[in-house]
Amino acid sequence: MGVRINLEVNGESYEREVEPRQLLVYFLREELGLTGTNVGCETSLCGACTILVDGQAIKACTQLAVQADGSSITTIEGLATNGDYHPLQQAFWDCHGLQCGFCTPGMIMAAADLLQRDSSPSETEVRQALKGNLCRCTGYHNIVRSVMTAAEGGS
Amino acid sequence: MGSVIGTSVKRREDPDLITGKGKFTDDLALPGMLHASIVRSPHAHARIRSVDTSRAAAAAGVVAVYTGQDIADSEAGGVVPVGWLLPNLKTPAHPILAVDTVRYVGDGIAVVVAEGRYQARDAAELVAVDYEPLDAAVDAKGATAEGQPQVHEEAPGNVAFDWDLGDKTAVDAAFEGAAHVASIDLRNSRIVPFAIEPRAALASYDPEKGLTLRMTSQNPHVHRLLMSLASIDLPEHKIRVIAPEVGGGFGSKIHHYPDEAIASWCAMRIGRPVKWTATRSETNMTDAHGRDHVTHAEMALDGDGKILGFRVETYAAMGAYLSTFAPCVPTYLHGTLMSGQYDMPAIHIRVIGTFTNTAPVDAVRGAGRPEATFLIERLMDLAALETGLDPTEVRRRNFVPADAFPYQTQVALAYDSGDYETALDKALDKAGYAELRAEQQKRRDAGDSKLLGIGVCAYIEACGIAPSAVVGALGAQAGLYESAKVRVHPTGTVTVFSGSSAHGQGHLTTFAQIVSDRLGVPLENVDVVEGDTGEIPFGMGTYGSRSAAVGGSAIAKSLDKIIAKGAKIAAHLLEASESDLEFADNAWSVKGSPDKSVAWGDVCLQAYLAHNIPEGIEPGLEETTFYDPANFTYPFGTHIGVVEVDSETGEVEILRYIAVDDCGEQINPMIVEGQVHGGIAYGVGQALWEEAVYDDHGQLLTSTLLDYALPKAHQLPSFELDHTITPCPHNPLGVKGIGEAGTIASPATITNAVIDALAPYGVRHLDMPLEPEKLWRAMHSGEDA
Repeated sequence: MGVRINLEVNGESYEREVEPRQLLVYFLREELGLTGTNVGCETSLCGACTILVDGQAIKACTQLAVQADGSSITTIEGLATNGDYHPLQQAFWDCHGLQCGFCTPGMIMAAADLLQRDSSPSETEVRQALKGNLCRCTGYHNIVRSVMTAAEGGS
Repeated sequence: MGSVIGTSVKRREDPDLITGKGKFTDDLALPGMLHASIVRSPHAHARIRSVDTSRAAAAAGVVAVYTGQDIADSEAGGVVPVGWLLPNLKTPAHPILAVDTVRYVGDGIAVVVAEGRYQARDAAELVAVDYEPLDAAVDAKGATAEGQPQVHEEAPGNVAFDWDLGDKTAVDAAFEGAAHVASIDLRNSRIVPFAIEPRAALASYDPEKGLTLRMTSQNPHVHRLLMSLASIDLPEHKIRVIAPEVGGGFGSKIHHYPDEAIASWCAMRIGRPVKWTATRSETNMTDAHGRDHVTHAEMALDGDGKILGFRVETYAAMGAYLSTFAPCVPTYLHGTLMSGQYDMPAIHIRVIGTFTNTAPVDAVRGAGRPEATFLIERLMDLAALETGLDPTEVRRRNFVPADAFPYQTQVALAYDSGDYETALDKALDKAGYAELRAEQQKRRDAGDSKLLGIGVCAYIEACGIAPSAVVGALGAQAGLYESAKVRVHPTGTVTVFSGSSAHGQGHLTTFAQIVSDRLGVPLENVDVVEGDTGEIPFGMGTYGSRSAAVGGSAIAKSLDKIIAKGAKIAAHLLEASESDLEFADNAWSVKGSPDKSVAWGDVCLQAYLAHNIPEGIEPGLEETTFYDPANFTYPFGTHIGVVEVDSETGEVEILRYIAVDDCGEQINPMIVEGQVHGGIAYGVGQALWEEAVYDDHGQLLTSTLLDYALPKAHQLPSFELDHTITPCPHNPLGVKGIGEAGTIASPATITNAVIDALAPYGVRHLDMPLEPEKLWRAMHSGEDA
């Protein structure tokens, strides 16, 4: 017994019938094939699944697909424009802000949310804003540097 | 030759990973793919009276339900073996699904295979298991006490092995003449490795072609070999293991676990692809944990603070079964490190490995060396207290001097090169050590509630463990060489097939740098292939900080062979003597006559045209090396932590973290620094927050992120890094390895800093994690709360 939902993902409109209990992250990954959004904990604690819903960062592992009906979603796959990296993508590359890359999409989306709200955050503000996103590889050092660099470039 | 080595080239891995294009195992799907969910024991120790799968089998979407008995009744080996043996080691069988007894919370009992991920998980809850609960043995040392429950009948007293190293008589004699003795009882806490990507496997089977297993692996060939030898019924050449993007490992994806074998067995039995992806709780319950030592140690010193002898007794939990390399970790990766950076004339260590009703324990980032370093460096601080010397001075007086290398320790290892005092001085200088001590005194005099602590840790790491004949004599059931095939194409571009297997370390970049540097070809003309047993030569994989030193050296050796063969063809084309040629700037030329030269591309093309190559030379330009190092490599350094402890709340803030590391030559300094950053954070996590906690009944209390506390961005400072370079003298690149250094140093660094902050309260030692409550109690134990 599916529920019909309409939503926009990365600028494209989709109409799909979904199981009411399907998590948004599995809808994106398994129905739409957008596997850039990762699942690390299924309890909204690691942040690997962070996406933007109507411009706000949310954790897609604890939201149902049906809740996203009528909304506009951006995932890591939709962040670049016309083939140009988003300043955060560029900065993560330039500053070695990733190692294994598993947390990276969520980390970049959470940082994108921050920079929308505050275009020139301090290091402390960046660290506070990213505390819901876990990285086991980088010790956050270069992630923070990446976000600060993207902010400087964008202001 | 070139200047590509030593340059911070941006990573070629990143474009896929910053755009979401990188494919991790769970991102992959195959036509007809099914999902597996494993039914796990909620008991730490119980007999299985019966398993009723009927309701699960009838549930929506379920294709099959199998129990341990189904696997036992099949042709499959059905076990996961241990890959490192010690004298008199007890090796009870570890079935991939339990048949009559479960031995830890998370032990698998049955597997449900269904059309959908949710359907498999739903049906798994319908499998009814009738358990007869048994008492559990949980504590690494307590498990050996009389009357404790027995984890395995064949291991009386729960002792898996009792191992020792060093000269007990000499140590006993040393203590007789000691002016000072520093002693400690400590527990090195148990941690969950916690890669952010949970383990996963996607198995597909074709009766003609065999099994293709895509999985979260740090060493695909090791997984293939163990899978074939013991777990499933297929010869090695009919198994292809592929590691797609791997989302962190930290040791946890070295080991051969039951789950990936179960998925493979199911795919073979059903004839459709089967995917299994761990939930976070499954990961915390079943990934092999790290550390979990209970240790008593004593250090004897003379009146000048010089170490005379060191004795150690450690109980090391193995968990419920022996994981792949588990017996090696507390023995040959821990016991052999007991000399640290110090010239110790007498050492003896005894390690008792014990079975407990907990998740297995195996290598986790650092593997034995963080435990060794923690013990030695805590004792050096206690030695400073005993002797009245500054912690840096007691270390300095005991360093192996820079002119004493190679240095033979009393615990088997021979250090290749080092300069410990220079690294210490650099770190002290960078930290402003004297000013920090002055600030600390000022605060203490003023009765400041913000207690300043300064912690120093001088560490050594033994990595790239080798040569194979030696590790074989120590019990390894594998060699520890690495392979590299370098294929030069007719147009002069290059593909490297490496036995290393990166999961965040950036090999596609650093290995291409080695090729570009040695051959003079542009980086964009070099590709690196790893992680697929169908493409690469037999390789040992990535762990133990070994990939640059062993895997990179294998590439360098193959490049030497390529250049040597190229020189023969070039000499033939130039009608010159090979000995008159030199290879530089991507061409061979006659020494002294640079206009008489033949370009790299012309030699490569001729190698494949074979119209005009010297007699006795085969066409083609491709070379393979299995590089077996002459010795371990020995990175080292000094880390300094500066912390503030709030005496009113017990909370710790890390104000500064200074790291001076020496990993020999650096191929890509940006990547080296990234490894140090991550390594530091990993160890800080253990020092301050992380702990895998079992209650007395063997229930894991920390199976989710709600109760297992990983370091977060706002809890860490930016790190202050510097380095010294003391090249490794015995490998072609002069590199030593850097993947684990931070994790080896930082638990002791931070703990020493916190204990130093608490010195006015007379606190001499506290076990990790240094949680606020523990600190508060230590400070206020004499008061009414």
